[in-house]
Amino acid sequence: MKDRLQEIQKRAFSQIETAGGLDSLNEVRVSVLGKKGELTALLKGMKDVAAEERPKIGAMVNEARAKIEEKIAEAKQAMEREELERRLATETIDVTLPAKREKIGHRHPNTIALEEVEKIFIGMGYEVVEGPEVEYDYYNFEALNIPDNHPAKDEQDTFFINKDILLRTQTSSVQVHQMERGRLPIRMIAPGRVFRADEVDATHSPSFHQIEGMVIDKHITFADLKGTLSEFAKEMFGEDTKVKFRPHHFPFTEPSAEVDVSCFKCGGKGCRFCKGEGWIEILGCGQIHPHVLEMSGIDPEEYTGFAFGVGLERIALLKYEIDDMRLLYENDIRFLNQF
Amino acid sequence: MKTSLKWIKTLVEGIDDITPQEYADAMTMSGSKVEFFEQLDADLDKIVIGQIDKIDKHPDADKLVVCQVNVGAESTQIVTGATNVFEGAKVPVVLDGGRVAGDHSGNTTKGGIKIKKGKLRGVESNGMLCSIEELGSNRDMYPEAPEDGIYIFGEDAPVGESAVSYLGLDDCIFEYEITSNRVDCFAVLGIAREAAATFAKPFTPPVVKDTGNDEDVNDYISVEVLNTALCPRYTARVVKNIKIGPSPEWMKERLRAHGIRPINNLVDITNYVMEEYGQPMHAYDLDTIEDRKIIVRNANAGETFVTLDGQERKLDESILMICDGKKPVGIGGIMGGENSMITDDVKTMLFEAACFDGTNIRLSAKKLGMRTEASGIFEKGLDPNNAILAMNRACELVEELGAGEVVGGAVDIYPEKKEAITLPFEPEKYNRILGTKIDKDTMLAYFKRLEIEYDDAKNELLIPTFRQDLLSYADIAEEVARFYGYDKIPTTLPDGEATTGKLSEKLSLEAVARDVAEYCGFSQAMTYSFESPKVFDKLLLAEDDPMRQTVVISNPLGEDFSIMRTSVLNGMLTSLSTNYNRRNKDVRLYELGNIYIPKALPLTELPEERMQLALGFYGEGDFFTLKGVVEEFFEKVGMDKKVKYDASADYPFLHPGRKAAIVYDGAVMGFVGEVHPLVAGNYDIKDRVYVANIDLTMVLPLVSNSRKYKGIANFPAAMRDLSMVVPRKVTAGEIEEVFDKKGGAYLESYKLFDIYEGKQVVAGFKSMAYSLVFRAQDKSLSDEDVTAATDRILKGLEGLGVKLRQ
Repeated sequence: MKDRLQEIQKRAFSQIETAGGLDSLNEVRVSVLGKKGELTALLKGMKDVAAEERPKIGAMVNEARAKIEEKIAEAKQAMEREELERRLATETIDVTLPAKREKIGHRHPNTIALEEVEKIFIGMGYEVVEGPEVEYDYYNFEALNIPDNHPAKDEQDTFFINKDILLRTQTSSVQVHQMERGRLPIRMIAPGRVFRADEVDATHSPSFHQIEGMVIDKHITFADLKGTLSEFAKEMFGEDTKVKFRPHHFPFTEPSAEVDVSCFKCGGKGCRFCKGEGWIEILGCGQIHPHVLEMSGIDPEEYTGFAFGVGLERIALLKYEIDDMRLLYENDIRFLNQF
Repeated sequence: MKTSLKWIKTLVEGIDDITPQEYADAMTMSGSKVEFFEQLDADLDKIVIGQIDKIDKHPDADKLVVCQVNVGAESTQIVTGATNVFEGAKVPVVLDGGRVAGDHSGNTTKGGIKIKKGKLRGVESNGMLCSIEELGSNRDMYPEAPEDGIYIFGEDAPVGESAVSYLGLDDCIFEYEITSNRVDCFAVLGIAREAAATFAKPFTPPVVKDTGNDEDVNDYISVEVLNTALCPRYTARVVKNIKIGPSPEWMKERLRAHGIRPINNLVDITNYVMEEYGQPMHAYDLDTIEDRKIIVRNANAGETFVTLDGQERKLDESILMICDGKKPVGIGGIMGGENSMITDDVKTMLFEAACFDGTNIRLSAKKLGMRTEASGIFEKGLDPNNAILAMNRACELVEELGAGEVVGGAVDIYPEKKEAITLPFEPEKYNRILGTKIDKDTMLAYFKRLEIEYDDAKNELLIPTFRQDLLSYADIAEEVARFYGYDKIPTTLPDGEATTGKLSEKLSLEAVARDVAEYCGFSQAMTYSFESPKVFDKLLLAEDDPMRQTVVISNPLGEDFSIMRTSVLNGMLTSLSTNYNRRNKDVRLYELGNIYIPKALPLTELPEERMQLALGFYGEGDFFTLKGVVEEFFEKVGMDKKVKYDASADYPFLHPGRKAAIVYDGAVMGFVGEVHPLVAGNYDIKDRVYVANIDLTMVLPLVSNSRKYKGIANFPAAMRDLSMVVPRKVTAGEIEEVFDKKGGAYLESYKLFDIYEGKQVVAGFKSMAYSLVFRAQDKSLSDEDVTAATDRILKGLEGLGVKLRQ
């Protein structure tokens, strides 16, 4: 009995090893383990075995069955694997063929630059707000220490609708609206369109964008202004950016400054980009003039603040090395697609 | 503002060794921004004064001569083609290895042109004789130079010395950006005062001597100022026995350095004092002044006057005139008259140094269309106390240059003397603004350098009148900051109460609009807010279309930029047209921009600014492409109700059969459609163009982020396809309305999967096939449930004449 078992197992093993495919493997399984298979037949012959021997023989049969089943399973897995390999080999593609892309549109470079600025200031706790583009003279000039007949009013080449209403020449008008709301402290930036009567050329446009910034709180100092804008410049133009504050004059800030950053192309050595200066002027700023605070109902003895204004196009043109401002408003898709 | 460094160095002690770069950096950091500086002799090297001892003909060239030139220690041979040289002439000679700035025609070469010895037609030449152009200047500045030839020095020029120094080209010229509040810095003395304060060195302005003979100016002239508001100060002096001649070299040199052409002693003195003191002066031929009387008064309406440039000017009552006893002789602060101008045979001259109201000068100059050099200065609003100083300086120069005999005394009409103001000295406040801890004495030291006096007893600062910009503690804080150094002020961050950084809701909505438009393949355009009123005709709008009610700019750049847009359509079509005509294919653009809707015209309050999302394209895609973008956008911002399209809405600029108002919850949000071919034609586009416009001001209140999870269905769906024959005029929208009304609670969704019109369908009908999905949240639906629902739907559709397809 034992010998028969071994013989069956041995033969089955060799049949399994030589089986040429899943079908012949199945034939082996049926012929050995099937209802009419050899091993099944052997079990059927158990009734002729002495009762005391039966458990032992039964265990031996089951052991052989398990071994054969295992062998068949192994062989099956190997064959399936081989078949998969064969299929995969036929499915090779040329991965260098062109990509199928969803055509995603492109954002205007002004917007990309603006979003970068917004992200930096939002991170510092600034709210992004807006004000009207068609504005009262009062908000654009008078409330900013630029009364009628002030030379600064003339310098700005204002588009007027009538004597009281104009197209704002600076986003600084939003400062006044925010101060008038009377909710202190204020930390805000206000991006938006501004208008000046400049003829269109490579560096001028009658319509462009500014980003105004303002902070008002108790104890805001010029040192805080320096710190804030240095932080901004490093975030915007890179960690190694050097920042220079130069005295300047704006009617609504005092002390006032213009800010230069080390040229982000040459790092300050001087190149075509910074006209050999090593520095690029990026914004104007200063401590809010006490009279400006007063006019909008804020007590300058209790509160101080700073304000700054950045030309968005200036940043976009510099950052993307765009040499003609007109490209920004022409909307040629070959231009827009580059951003 | 320009200054010569040599001139500044004469006014500030102890800065002789400062280099131009050091000077530029320091001045910029203390507030006088140096725009650029130019070393006049940057490209000049080894150029000396030589004297030609002997001139011989060149043996092999008719047009060349061979000169033996004494260049100091030695004599050298130079070949030249110049025709104006002669034996004994003193000329600029560039020696072997030296450099000149450019060629004979005045074209300069960056870095200069190197001159080497060599042979000219076989004869040795050890350098070159130079024209003024080769030295980097021109005949405007050196009128004595010949038109075409070598510069010839005067007889007393020292042979062997530097020609560059002798011509005053060893100087460096600085151009500053002076801010409008610093009127005092439009003068060499003002800049020098700043330089002295910047370098903490003594300022040494000229000490002006008393001038004038024993006569009394009042015997020559009387002055009456009728409008002292517009002319707060008028000073006059008289010079007689005038001798017009050239100015001395030192004066010419300084004028040239400032880009001013020397003319004669009288003109040069006026220009020189203008540069030095920043005070414009005017000179009248006293013999033309009738009644020996000056009257300063407003012009009469309609009065005309011929200015010294020969132009007749029309005046009005706002313009201030300088008149004599009978007639106007000048427009105050703007330009003198032809009738009283100085000519070469002038004998007696009236010098005027006045102070005019800046605003009035600016407005008058604008009105007359003549912004002159003088008006440009006066309009800044000058310090009246400076006028007499400049006047006396001019008279001192007249005497010094021997240009005439100054009559004793000055007429000075100055009814309201401008006094220095005082401000309390508040060091803590300055530190509080700046975030610094600068001590009191340091501050006082800065003030002293600026001629701001400190009264210890009253603890007050006395602000000199030339500093019209110092009016409050904030201004004083800036003075402290400037001289402490902006770069030395610490950098800190605001502490204070924490605030939340965020975008406004409107800006957040715009951000979503950008994302959706871009994911759908549209790129962001930006166009101007103002446009031409002609666009309404291009868009085929009726004469009474409300879009024609616009905010009008009173002083536009031209008609094309004269009205504020009431639609973003023109910008979009113009941009698409630009692309189309540059043969760019399949262009999709979007723009986020305001339109400006007046509440009433003429405008008395601000117009309403409504943010629009405009989408437009040509090429790949159709009407339904844009509908898709609209619906993606609404879904993204939480507008979950079904969007409806009203094809009956009137948009004259759209294709009459391919247009719709976008309706959400009963309100029109905008429109979508194909652009009318006539409109497309007006924009030179010969392709189908599609546009959509969504009014974000309408959308903003509907934005919601209150979505809740509904659970994923546990029970299977039952599908039914309805294949229908539909009268041609019935729209999908009408059919879907029936689905929505009659479908019942189990109808989960439906989708049109086939639409066909043609052979197999009876004329006047179309075939439409929808796939309907039914599902219950709590059970598997039975056949009966679904059939009941479809029966209801079919019954509802009967009313539209729709039948199931057999």
